[in-house]
Amino acid sequence: MLEASAVGVFYGDREALREVSLRIPRRKITALIGPSGCGKSTLLRCFNRMNDLIPGARVEGEIFFEGFNIYQPGVDPVEVRRRIGMVFQKPNPFPKSIYENVAWGARINGYRGDMDELVERSLRRAALWDEVKDDLRKSGLSLSGGQQQRLCIARALAVEPEVILMDEPCSALDPIATLKIEELMQELKQEYTIVIVTHNMQQAARVSDYTAMMMLVEGTRAGTVIEFGETKRIFTNPRDKRTEDYITGRYG
Amino acid sequence: MKGGKNMALRESFERELARLHEDVSSMGAEVQRAIVRAIAALDHRDVERARSIIAEDEAINEHRFRIEAACHGLMATQQPAARDLRTLIAALMIIVDLERMADHAKGIAKTVILTANEPSFPPAPDLRRIADRVRQMLDQGLQAFATGDVALARRVCEADDEIDHLYKQLFNVLLSYMLEDPRTITRCTYLLWIAHNLERIGDLATNVAERVIYCETGHLQDTNF
Repeated sequence: MLEASAVGVFYGDREALREVSLRIPRRKITALIGPSGCGKSTLLRCFNRMNDLIPGARVEGEIFFEGFNIYQPGVDPVEVRRRIGMVFQKPNPFPKSIYENVAWGARINGYRGDMDELVERSLRRAALWDEVKDDLRKSGLSLSGGQQQRLCIARALAVEPEVILMDEPCSALDPIATLKIEELMQELKQEYTIVIVTHNMQQAARVSDYTAMMMLVEGTRAGTVIEFGETKRIFTNPRDKRTEDYITGRYG
Repeated sequence: MKGGKNMALRESFERELARLHEDVSSMGAEVQRAIVRAIAALDHRDVERARSIIAEDEAINEHRFRIEAACHGLMATQQPAARDLRTLIAALMIIVDLERMADHAKGIAKTVILTANEPSFPPAPDLRRIADRVRQMLDQGLQAFATGDVALARRVCEADDEIDHLYKQLFNVLLSYMLEDPRTITRCTYLLWIAHNLERIGDLATNVAERVIYCETGHLQDTNF
């Protein structure tokens, strides 16, 4: 459903990603792992054209979503981002009420249905409803870090995307809040396709169905995918020596 | 394996894994010794030696639990993956196989005690062949584990067919003795028990070799049919 074909990314003169071809399976969780600076977040941002927002960024190759190339002329990047949502490393709720945080995206997309119902449904899907239902007017910023991150997930879900991209969604959270997000991801994959970037290999092993291992192309600063496969296989029997070294902590 | 600063990241884990290998090897050596002594006790019909094999089995069991606890500790604290994970799983299974082999050595020792007052056993050269071959299989299986030698492990798996063949041959020979002279039935039955213990040790040595193959290649396979 989501497929990268020979994708390369440049930030100005600097090549950040080279020749990435990858198929993201539908309604599964795919983890992107690899050492810092190997292009995981860059690749993630290609999937919903977030790199467009970075001055000097240039994307080569093609990203197909449901069969069409999202980089072809005439495609509206805003519509791409509605269908392929994103959750960031640091929870970033708007300085508005919980209700408004969730309703915001739907409202600017011209949602005409029952807004109360949409807010409740999104908060329920993000496993936050029970904790906030009595105080939806409270500021989103008054919530704990883990709740804020689930609020951001609810906000992403409210525009009814098909894919959710997560860029280290738990790196700012404690272990309990992390587990809640991980449990939530298992719920969400029934309906959504999820791609997650994580530095935490145990997290990749716990939550994902498929894993893509990324690495710098030797002698360059450009990252690429060196191995892709079922997570269980990657973590018990990786084929590439570099994957083995990385997941067993031999590669710094 | 990479050198330099990267290794420092997991130096203590490397040390623990090396120690685990040594522990499994030393437990393997204890089990080998029990098997060799059981066969010697049978050859010499040495009841004293048989008793000491039975007494020493407890130490082998304890050794197994010590190694098992160490594996659990490493799994809980190191989150092993890939080859490290396979090594720990292989070690956990190999020590169970080794412990069972020691139980079979004990079984032979018990039979030596039970038959102490029986007249001499009828000649059974195949039993000696089985004993020699099985000892060699265990020796090679342990060596394959210590060195990660997959080719050697595969040879151990192949040798198991030979044991099965020798066992059937021995069975037929003993059957013919019993048919000829029913007074040998008790003795021949005991010899069959002993042969069965040895044959099981061969199967377990094959398991060890299979674990080595798994550890080195990631492939699970059953070579015992």
